Amino acid sequence: MSLSLVLVQLLNGAQFGVLLFLVAAGLTLVFGVMDFINLAHGVQYMLGAYVAASLGVWAGDFWLGLLMALPVTLLIGLALEWLVFRHLYQRDHLAQVLATFGVILTLDEAARAIWGSAPLNVPQPGGLPGGIEIMPGLIYPVYRLVIIGAGLLVALLLWFLVERTRAGMLIRAGASNAPMVSALGVDIRRLFTAVFAFGAMLAGFAGALASPVFAVAPGMGDNVLILAFVVIVIGGIGSIRGAFIAALLVGLLDTAGRALLPDLLRLVMDASSARQTGAAIASMLVYIVMAAILFFRPVGLFPGPRA
Amino acid sequence: MTAFLRRQAVPLLVLPALAAAPFLGFGDSFALTLLARAMILGMAAVSLSLLVGGAGLVSLGHAAMMGIGAYTVAALDAAGVTEGLVVLPTAVLAAALFALATGAVSLRTSGVHFIMITLAFGQMAFFTASSISTLGGDDGYTLFGRTELFGTRLLENRLGFHFLCLGLLALVWILCSALLESRFGRVLRAARENPQRVRAIGFSPYPYRLVAYVLAGAVAGLAGALLANATEFVSPAALSWSRSGELLFMVILGGMSHLYGAILGALAIVLLEEWLSHLLEYWRLAFGPLLVLSVLFLRDGLAGLPAAVLSRLPVGRATRRGGPERSGADA
Repeated sequence: MSLSLVLVQLLNGAQFGVLLFLVAAGLTLVFGVMDFINLAHGVQYMLGAYVAASLGVWAGDFWLGLLMALPVTLLIGLALEWLVFRHLYQRDHLAQVLATFGVILTLDEAARAIWGSAPLNVPQPGGLPGGIEIMPGLIYPVYRLVIIGAGLLVALLLWFLVERTRAGMLIRAGASNAPMVSALGVDIRRLFTAVFAFGAMLAGFAGALASPVFAVAPGMGDNVLILAFVVIVIGGIGSIRGAFIAALLVGLLDTAGRALLPDLLRLVMDASSARQTGAAIASMLVYIVMAAILFFRPVGLFPGPRA
Repeated sequence: MTAFLRRQAVPLLVLPALAAAPFLGFGDSFALTLLARAMILGMAAVSLSLLVGGAGLVSLGHAAMMGIGAYTVAALDAAGVTEGLVVLPTAVLAAALFALATGAVSLRTSGVHFIMITLAFGQMAFFTASSISTLGGDDGYTLFGRTELFGTRLLENRLGFHFLCLGLLALVWILCSALLESRFGRVLRAARENPQRVRAIGFSPYPYRLVAYVLAGAVAGLAGALLANATEFVSPAALSWSRSGELLFMVILGGMSHLYGAILGALAIVLLEEWLSHLLEYWRLAFGPLLVLSVLFLRDGLAGLPAAVLSRLPVGRATRRGGPERSGADA
């Protein structure tokens, strides 16, 4: 286990972490502000990847595809909100869970019908050097660094939006007491719709960014969704800052665990069982940490306005 | 008696229908396997409904108990133990012990946090199962044969297995219903509505919830052991969170005002999936919107469907309008 291996794992973990953050940010806002459990949020991630990939092929340039995926996923989010979700705000969480699961099934299947079951071939982002030497003898793909940079930039932008603008103030106020904000003359429904569409676009952006790195296939959003839920529960529901820190934590734990645990276990057991046990424990690591955090600090690390 | 018949009309129709199904043209091995699957998942869904609808505990890790029951069958099969009188109680006990250990921790949280912590334990069980190389790891384990009863291969007979599943499903439904009606169930339901008041009148909800969680886990373990026998195959997919979700969706779709809603939900989902996937290539394009529509228009799930239909019929309205008149006459 060398220093360069650890560094690569740290970077891979950070990259996975910022992607998780982009998905979790919308999820935590929608859950925290509107008290709405949206399982179909992971579908936005998948759609972002598909739309960016197909538009990228059509336009002949990955970056154009990525750019065009943003308004498209925003519109899909608006359409879903208008068609299905706004009829569910007054219902209990379980009704929301079942209905949004129906949306997942429908859209996953639609993706399968349109693009096929096989993973999609995504054009590599042009205009970038392939790799950069971050340490003597260690070359790291530039595009992955771009993902980390873009994620950090969005995190900063979100922080500014929520903490420093009028719209952000209304969102925070709506999260702690929606009827009061409504009574003060703010159209809370429109605010909710805007938050919803914006969250959907962020998830779509994450999917589009991830498309050249991960396999673009139907159902790719489902596992990301579960991890995003883990992130928002660890971070504290409704808290952007919590989501950011928890996303990086989960990304690093998951990536580093998978890479390093089998090697660590080899010190105490034979190679084949170390590989197997290591892989199992690495996959569990995130959930063990979540269970521990929930046990000792049920509101999460950075409780949001409702807690 | 008539009140009881009216209240339990749905299960009193559905259970005999399941008993008659093999003799009404659904007796081939394909249909029987499908029905067995639906009844077994229905059993697990009833136990989950006891938690979700009865105690207000939404678990997203119920498949883990089922999977542990199934894996117990596989582990004993690998060890050469196939006697049902040993296998089934061991499977139930293993699932109940897992439920006791994880429930003791999970029940300290509530609401969304309870959902997530049960999911966490479910995932831990899932990854553990996929790392057991002697039972096939990710690929799963094919049983040498079905569990025996008293040393005979009774369960190999598909019709016999059908009635075993049906009998156990009915038993589970009756026991869980009786449990919810009992004093124990009253405390559970009261704690669902208002834990603070329950504490104020001198009950601690925690032990009641833990017992309910363990009982539900034991029933799920039994269902898992049966499922392993039905498919003669066990794989980590039996413990996955998507299976837990599926059970939860059965409970919600069926409706939580009655325990038998879970049976309706399980039958509806298993049979509808099968029927639609024969009819259409991209059948989820129809199944997904159906789920959404059922949430939007069936507030009480499938169990509330008869009442919803009756209230729209002219007959139903007439009796409702007749209500006050009658009470007036009484006065």
